[in-house]
Amino acid sequence: MSPLLEWFTGPRTGKKRRKVSRTSYIALSVFAFLSIFPLYWLFVVASNSNTEISKIPPSLVPGPNFLKELKAVYAAVPLTNALVNTAVIALIVAVCQVFFCTMAGYAYAKLAFPGKSASLVVIIGTMMLPAQLGIVVLYIMMANFFHWINDFKAIVIPSMIGAFGVFWMRQIIDAQVPNELLEAAKIDGGKNFRIYRSVVVPIILPSALVLGLFSFLGTWNDFLWPSLVLNSPKRFTIQVAVNQLNGTYTVDYALKMCGAFMATLPLLVLFVFVGRRLVTGIMDGAVKG
Amino acid sequence: MAFRSSTVAPKNRGDRWGLLYVSPFFFIFGIFGLLPILFTVYVSFFHWDPLAGHNYIGLDNFRNLFTDPYFYRAVRNTFSIFLISFVPQTILALLLANFLANPHLKFKVFWRTILLVPWVTSILSVAIIFSELFGQNYGMVNVAMHYLGLSHIGIHDVNWVGQTIPSHIAISSMIIYRNLGYASLIYLASMLAIPRDLYESASLDGASKLQQFRYVTIPQLKNTLTFMLIVGTIGGLQTFLEPLTYGGVQGGDSRQFSTLALYLYEQIIINNKFGYAAAIGVAITILTVIISGVNFLVTRRISGGES
Repeated sequence: MSPLLEWFTGPRTGKKRRKVSRTSYIALSVFAFLSIFPLYWLFVVASNSNTEISKIPPSLVPGPNFLKELKAVYAAVPLTNALVNTAVIALIVAVCQVFFCTMAGYAYAKLAFPGKSASLVVIIGTMMLPAQLGIVVLYIMMANFFHWINDFKAIVIPSMIGAFGVFWMRQIIDAQVPNELLEAAKIDGGKNFRIYRSVVVPIILPSALVLGLFSFLGTWNDFLWPSLVLNSPKRFTIQVAVNQLNGTYTVDYALKMCGAFMATLPLLVLFVFVGRRLVTGIMDGAVKG
Repeated sequence: MAFRSSTVAPKNRGDRWGLLYVSPFFFIFGIFGLLPILFTVYVSFFHWDPLAGHNYIGLDNFRNLFTDPYFYRAVRNTFSIFLISFVPQTILALLLANFLANPHLKFKVFWRTILLVPWVTSILSVAIIFSELFGQNYGMVNVAMHYLGLSHIGIHDVNWVGQTIPSHIAISSMIIYRNLGYASLIYLASMLAIPRDLYESASLDGASKLQQFRYVTIPQLKNTLTFMLIVGTIGGLQTFLEPLTYGGVQGGDSRQFSTLALYLYEQIIINNKFGYAAAIGVAITILTVIISGVNFLVTRRISGGES
């Protein structure tokens, strides 16, 4: 084995054989760098003038122009409005998803009711359909029947529940809440809703919070549906507002990138606090085998 | 809903509790989830203009679809982008998961968390960043390729937007960037569930690390691979916002990266042809079902026979 290759993989024999090869650390570092660099670059462009970015080689450090770009973004779209709109909508959706999906998931995991298995098949079936399938009719319903165009109800109410959420909570409750515990609570004379609230909910709360995070992120980042039903600037969500900066005729990268940075920053701050929990949540929910 | 709790037998009471728990879900799901899906098939039989009204035209939308060159171009682009993103993503995710699964790895939580950062970024932001990185004249990718010496073998100033395959690579890189960490974690969770003694006995039989990966890890991941392939197909056939941000609603000047979902969006937003849009939605669904079915059978084959 060549010395170079040996340096990468570690010596092949003897006591000194490394338990983790250098290749692992190098590969992980490269991909960690690739994960972070585009976001760093987002800030670099957002804080530089367009001339600074278009020289060769381009400037790799943040410039002094961030506040100037931010002002330009504010002149183009009502950014604060959009951020507040999005935060409120995403929070309501997350709370509703957690509330309704844990309840329905509990029924599917532990209770009997007519049409249970048939309806579960329908729920799983809709998870396999493309999101765009129902969007045409949903739009017609919002425009002609509910008259919810430019109304946040058009976004919040359909997303209060989700097939994924119910299915996921069903799996979680099935795996984490033992039947014996429910039987014992019943013998102790617990009423059905009391059992749910004081036995089931405390056990599954960590997973339910992960579901809430998923819903929050999904709603914050959704573009297609909000862009169809919201067209007055006052009502824009953050993604729709940032997309306004991405007009086909502008090549003002600094402006666009500044908008995208402002749309991403709150999520990165959130991620600092909940990143680890998201990792465990995703891994707990993964199909094993 | 009123309950006459005094008159129902215990068993029935359990039934009713179950219904009570699912009824809010069913109510909203029925109106905003199921109804639009079913009604879409109905709308696809109409010429449906939201401003001018609608009239029944039978199968005309589908007939037009089958002779529409833009539709076929969108089908081609959708599959091309799906392949260019999904295949490398799966290989890289399996590789990263394999590194992350090593029990002696240091800073486990750090690596897992940092790889997930792109996943919380919105598709729109990722697409804006990558559009800048793939710019023809001053884009970071072309500059980096220049400094890596690729210009000596004739690769320089690649037109990442105008040319078909380079534009598909650029869009695929956006998809991979955002999904790689998530996919790695899913495979990692699955790898950690593999009993360690399988590796020990393989190692005693003289299997190399690579052979262990091929003959122990991959077959053990059969269900996860199948699941990810189906989820990936569903997601891949919905690719929409990356091409929209990258080159407008037509997906580039000559529709070189227009996708099916983008074509559907164009019918709603530009052409007011809601019936035609519904027909495209039905077509996407049929394609999804066919591809998922084929994928299911193929992965079963590849990852080793019996279920």
